[in-house]
Order: sequence, then C-alpha cells, then structure tokens
Amino acid sequence: MIKTLRRAQAAPPAAGSSARPAERHPSGPPPRTTTAQGPSRRRGPRAPASLSRVGVNLILLVVVCYTVLPPLWLLMASTKNLTDLFGTNGFAPGRHFNLPNNLHHLFAADGGIYLRWLWNTLLYAGGGAVLAAFICAMAGYAFDKFAFRGKEALYGLVLVGVMIPSAALVLPTYLLASNVGLVNGFWGVFVPGLVFPFGVYLARIFSASYVPDEVVEATRVDGAGELRSFWSVALPMMRPGVVTIGLFQFTAIWNNFFLPMVMLSDDRLYPVNLGLYTWNSNALSQGNPDDYLLAITGSLVAIVPLIVLFLAVQRFWRSGMTAGAVK
Amino acid sequence: MVTSMTRRQGRSAGLFLSPFLILFLIVTIVPLGYAAWLSLFTERSSGLGLGGARREFAGLGNYVKAATDSTFQDGFITIGAYVAVYVPVMIGCALAVALLLDSGLAVARRFTQTTLFIPHAVPGLIAALIWLYLYTPGLSPVTDWLGQGQGSAGVASTHPLLSVVNIGMWQWMGYNVVIFYAALQAIPREVIEAATMDGADRMQVALRIKAPLIRPAVTMAALFTIIGGIQLFNEPKILAQASTSITSAWTPNLYTQDAAFSRNDYGLAAAASLLIAGIAALLSFAVMRLTDRRSQP
Repeated sequence: MIKTLRRAQAAPPAAGSSARPAERHPSGPPPRTTTAQGPSRRRGPRAPASLSRVGVNLILLVVVCYTVLPPLWLLMASTKNLTDLFGTNGFAPGRHFNLPNNLHHLFAADGGIYLRWLWNTLLYAGGGAVLAAFICAMAGYAFDKFAFRGKEALYGLVLVGVMIPSAALVLPTYLLASNVGLVNGFWGVFVPGLVFPFGVYLARIFSASYVPDEVVEATRVDGAGELRSFWSVALPMMRPGVVTIGLFQFTAIWNNFFLPMVMLSDDRLYPVNLGLYTWNSNALSQGNPDDYLLAITGSLVAIVPLIVLFLAVQRFWRSGMTAGAVK
Repeated sequence: MVTSMTRRQGRSAGLFLSPFLILFLIVTIVPLGYAAWLSLFTERSSGLGLGGARREFAGLGNYVKAATDSTFQDGFITIGAYVAVYVPVMIGCALAVALLLDSGLAVARRFTQTTLFIPHAVPGLIAALIWLYLYTPGLSPVTDWLGQGQGSAGVASTHPLLSVVNIGMWQWMGYNVVIFYAALQAIPREVIEAATMDGADRMQVALRIKAPLIRPAVTMAALFTIIGGIQLFNEPKILAQASTSITSAWTPNLYTQDAAFSRNDYGLAAAASLLIAGIAALLSFAVMRLTDRRSQP
C-alpha cells in the first residue's frame, strides 16, 4: 500500500532519470509524457477565430469582479453606521463615513478583547506556522539526504498522516486533551498546528530539487556537522519552499475554526475567527444588531494584514506552489 | 566503512526527524488510539440519573450506531452532493480561466492571477461570514438582484448546498487557476506551434492539446478538493446561524460535534470521527491509486 502511494506521489528519489527529477508539486504539472495526441491532421480552411480578444478579457473581467466584490462589500460596510448598513446599497459608500467610529468600537468592545484575539491568532498561526515549517524542513531534508534503516517505512507513516484529514482529528484530540487536563488552554490549540505531514512531503521534494547532493557532500568533506550544513547551507537553498510550507500551514491554522471552537471556552484565549463567530451569533440570535458592525469591521481588520502579507511574499508562494511548473 | 557512514547518517536522521515524529505521535497517533479506546464504551446513566453515569463496554456498538444512524448517513449524502456539484464546477471554471489566461489574448495576466488569489488569503470563516451577509436580504445588494429578497434567511435557506458551493468556489478557484496556469506555461511551445501550423484554432489548441497535457495537475487538484470536501465544517456552521435548512448534523463533522456536545455521547462521537478519518483515508488512497494507474502508460 505504501509503495503504491509513494509511486503515485512521485517521491523524489524514485522519480529517476529526468534532469530535474523531483520538481513536482503534487498539484503541480504532470511528469511530461509526450504522448499528447498530435495536432489534428485536418487541414481544412482555417476556422474563424473562436476566441476574440474582447471576449476573453470580458470573461476574465467578470471573474475578477466576482473575486473582488465581496471584499469590496466588506470595506464599504465597515464605513457605515447601522442605519446605512441596512439602508444603502452594499457596494456603495454610506451616507455617513462611520469607519473611525466603528474602529473605535471594535477596539474598545469587551475591554479591548479584539486586540487580544488578534494577538492570540498571531501566536497560534504565525508562531505555529514558523515552527511547523522548520520541523517539516528538517524532516523532509532528513528523508531526502540521509540513508538509514526503516526510512521508507517511516516515510509511509508520513503519507498516511497526509491522508487523515485534520478535521477528523479534532474530536479525538479534544477527548484526549480533556483527559489530561489541557482543554481550554493555549497548548491544546497550539500543538496540533505544529504537525503538518503534507509539509514533510513537500520539504522532501524541495530538498531534492533545490539542494544538490554534491553540495551536502562538500560540506561533509569540509568537516561541517550535519546540523551546521543544514542550517547554513541547505536551509537557505530551500528557503522558497520552506516559506511556502509555512504559508500553507499559516492559512491552515488561521482557517481552523473547528479545533479552537471545540477546545476553548475562555474567550480570552480565542483566535480572531472564533471571536468574530460569537459576535455574529450575538447579532443574529440575541438581537444585538450593533454586533454586526463589530463582526464586519473585525473581519476587515483581520483580513487586510493577511492580504498585504500574501501580496508581499508573492514571489515565494508563487515559486513554491508552482515549483517545477515554470521553467 | 559504508556501514559506519550509514550509522552516522542514521543518528543524524534521528536527530532531524525526532521533533516531527514525537509531535506526530502526540497529535495524531495517540488521539486516534484514545478515540479508538473510547469508541468501545458507552455511558449509561443508571436509574434516574442520580447515580451518575456508568461506563459500559459496547464493543463495536458505537460504530454500528453511527453507521446505521440516518442522520450520519445523510451527512455523507450531503457531502456527496456537495462534491458532485462543487468539484466539476470549481475545477472546470479554474481550468477555463487558466486556459483563457494562457490563450495569448489576455491582458494584465499577472494582475488577474494575483487578484484571483486574494480570496485564498481570507480565512474560511471570514469568507463564510461575508457571504452570509451577502446572502441576507436587506444586507445584501446581491439577493435583491436575484429576487431572493423574501424571507428572513435568504439564499442560505432556499439553496443551502449551492450557497456553500459558492463560498468554496470563491475561495479556491483562484488558487487552482495559479497552479493550472503554471502547468500550462510549462507545456513546450513547439507542441502548440505544431498544432497551430496544422490549422488548429485557439479553441482547439486549448481543449485538445493544452487541457489533456495538464490532466495530472487537474486530477490532483480534484483529489485535494474531494478530501477537503469531506471535512466540510466552517461554512455550514456559519450559515446554520441564519439558515433553517442547515441542521446541526448537516455534514459528518457537524454530526461528531453534535454527538459530543449536544448529546454528550463521547463514545459515539469518537466512533464517528474514526469512521470519517477512515473513509477519508481510504478514498484518498483509492483516488491516488487510480490516478497512478492512469498516468502510467
């Protein structure tokens, strides 16, 4: 079973002969077989251009609008007061510019708990992702560069880990945590974020494609310890890959709502998404329409830094996500 | 000589691998084992419930109970329907957009890709919140256009499945566009030139040459989407706040949460979690084998 899996995922060492053996992201490009059906032999009169420049760009424009309208709505809604929120068009500004007021309410609400949620999220997602990426890089590098007994069996365990969806682990993790008294605490949410089997799989591929074996050999000949050659030679070479793994895990932890929801009852430990959820349910069920503005402005404040972060490190995720796809 | 080298490398490997393996043990293996243990027991309150709960060995009883519970089965039917709609629509649209970007006719390709990727930076819960508002009559400019203004819950109640599909679509389409576009860019230009010389127009090149060439990338994306679909939790949990059509056990993950915290039946919740994990693992294994066989001539 493990063997087939490994072949399916084209793990680096097995990929063999091609010049850049392992540069394949799992959702990346195919191992290029040149068996594509040749161009059709039909040489009839050239069909009228089936795609026009205007048509293509019009469709793309529609898709771009679909993408940007929801955040635009959020931006507009954050600048409104409650009357305008329900009384004016969602994609237009309100009659009163209420953003400073909304922000003031947001950061003052419940004794400034929103800032605490942001801080918690930064710890859970930011701290967790950085550590997880480092742990994955070490493990992936070891799988790629070291020969040791039982390697492929251990790697098989990692692949099994890839196949178990994290959401299915939430309840078991909670049940265990409640048994050892870690429920409603920081570690119950933080520690699960450190484990990212798919990241180990990616790190093995990145190590194989970015770090030539000869370089590692050379550092060994020069008498560097394995830790030192990893830290000062291999890790910098793998950097785009490690950043990608970190970003993947960052979004995964930030997106994980099931785990904190089950694990935490003290709202001072909440990540921001759980806090926004409670504000939204207050707005809906307990008739606190003011909480709409808290949830909306809070959402805006939470996603702006994320979007900026993604745009800033574009170079990395683009090259990492599509490793091997672009020449 | 060789063995001593291997032994030395083995020691280093142990050092490099132990952080991951220890955490993997703590976070994955031990909880699964504990859940497996818990799933074998059932709590029975004795008499009037005054004597507290008594733990009884139930064997596979909890698994039978979960598997035969029509609510749990309905959750999988929901997932099945969700995947059946979501995967072809999302992957199809992403592929179409990537092909359009790659057609040589698109302007501002980099800008478009970056813009389409933005929803991926928005956490799923916030995306669901935004869309919940966009589905709510009175708050939303969209529902009024669609004539869905009547009723208090809006689109999330009248079309629960489609409203969840739309959120996923918005979040993940751009992500897949970026991957597909990169794969398209990697196709050797000679292949496309040869087809053009033979008289194929852009549409034919896109559908008959380019799309088949990136099929493995598309298949992998579909696989990951299916595995993601099994975990469906965030969107229905948010929409359920306003939608009357999304019940507390609408998807399997909602069912486990409901079993644990509304019914306080930890044995059942543990068994259901393990069933979900097992089904997801089996399914991803099956799909991987399938794609493996197909990609090998």
